Amino acid sequence: MQTDWSVVLTFLPQLIAGAKITVQITVIGLLGGLILGTVAGLMRAYGGRVLNAVAFAYVELIRGTPIVVQVMFLYFAMPVLTGLRVDPMSAAVLAIIVNAGAYIAEIVRGAFLSISKGLSEAGLALGLPQWKVLVYILGPLAFRRLIPPLGNQFIVSLKDTSLFIVIGVGELTRTGQEIMAANFRAVEIWTAVAIIYLVLTGTMSVALRMIEKRMRIL
Amino acid sequence: MSIIEFRKTSKHFGDLKVLDEVDLDIDVGEVVVLIGPSGSGKSTLLRCINGLEQISGGDLVMDGISVRAGKKQLRLIRQEAGMVFQQFNLFPQMTALENVAFGPRKVRGASAAEARKQALALLEKVGLREKAGHYPAELSGGQQQRVAIARALAVRPKVMLFDEPTSALDPELKQEVLTVMRQLAQEGMTMVVVTHEMAFAKQVGTRLIFMEHGKISVDGNPRDVIENPPSERLKDFLQHVE
Repeated sequence: MQTDWSVVLTFLPQLIAGAKITVQITVIGLLGGLILGTVAGLMRAYGGRVLNAVAFAYVELIRGTPIVVQVMFLYFAMPVLTGLRVDPMSAAVLAIIVNAGAYIAEIVRGAFLSISKGLSEAGLALGLPQWKVLVYILGPLAFRRLIPPLGNQFIVSLKDTSLFIVIGVGELTRTGQEIMAANFRAVEIWTAVAIIYLVLTGTMSVALRMIEKRMRIL
Repeated sequence: MSIIEFRKTSKHFGDLKVLDEVDLDIDVGEVVVLIGPSGSGKSTLLRCINGLEQISGGDLVMDGISVRAGKKQLRLIRQEAGMVFQQFNLFPQMTALENVAFGPRKVRGASAAEARKQALALLEKVGLREKAGHYPAELSGGQQQRVAIARALAVRPKVMLFDEPTSALDPELKQEVLTVMRQLAQEGMTMVVVTHEMAFAKQVGTRLIFMEHGKISVDGNPRDVIENPPSERLKDFLQHVE
């Protein structure tokens, strides 16, 4: 078997363009997922019966179904149901938001509930309303505990974007697939694709570790 | 003039009756020491005063406001009733100074400079001025509890509630906390203290209450009650704590 690594160089601009789309989906998706997940997680931890039930249903629905099915639903089934067409990129971003949001909700809930009840009582006993206890006392503590599991979820979500190959988003994996279909250089192209993913996830790991080091976990 | 009034106050946890129609008046300036076997309801009685436990029956009025009046009123009650916990519960992400300044800032709406000045004065009072910049994890248990007392005082409460403030401390660290509490009593602070420190009860307490099965079974002058226990059960209890 002969390999010709120069094809990687030839197609590198295309691969980089794919990687950019991967990063775009991941970053926007995770920002949205973070907001959605925080809201859902707080609803689970502190919401009344109704809010808790709504958040619980959301988390179970998303955790219980594959992300490929979720994105297919968003891209193919939603337009039929609602008459609203979405482009593949939007469907991909939306899928990451909804999917990561469910997992992040559980991470947020766990982080808040892991903080001793005594601290919350100490805040309430000073005469603070519940929301101030959350914002000023529990929030900063929970945030520190969120970082390690959140890093894990960020990496998972980044890799999950490769599944959007099924709706034809031109992200990294799809790009690799297209190049491969034209020149059959499977070893070279998939190696290059894998390395680009490693660089992306590695960068994320390092960044998170740096944040973690800066903050003592209390 | 009473500042805390229990009116047939009851508290249930499910089927368990923790407080059983308690009637009790506490006057301004009293130092009430609550004792009793575990599960007798003394901590619950204390925690009902500032609404950390919701009462299930009767009424409880603190500084003229019923604990059942609503959320906003409950916050007013809590501003007038400072609490010190067995486990200190200092905010770990804040220095001693920030812990003490937190209440005035976020509850009373004081300016940063004002809150800081007041916090330093309170740390001075509990003998920890030089520890102002330290985090709770860098302080001993006794020091943490003194900071916690300063934190509660910073909101300028009319009453201080102590929930076994020295139970988590080594014997040699208990004294520094008891000293601060004694000083507070001398200044005329109204205090309700759940404790097993009988020496403190005798010296500082103006009233001793012995609880059993969610009821007040003995209520009297600490010295008299400790020296001549009016019931066999109390006699037995005192022998075990001393």
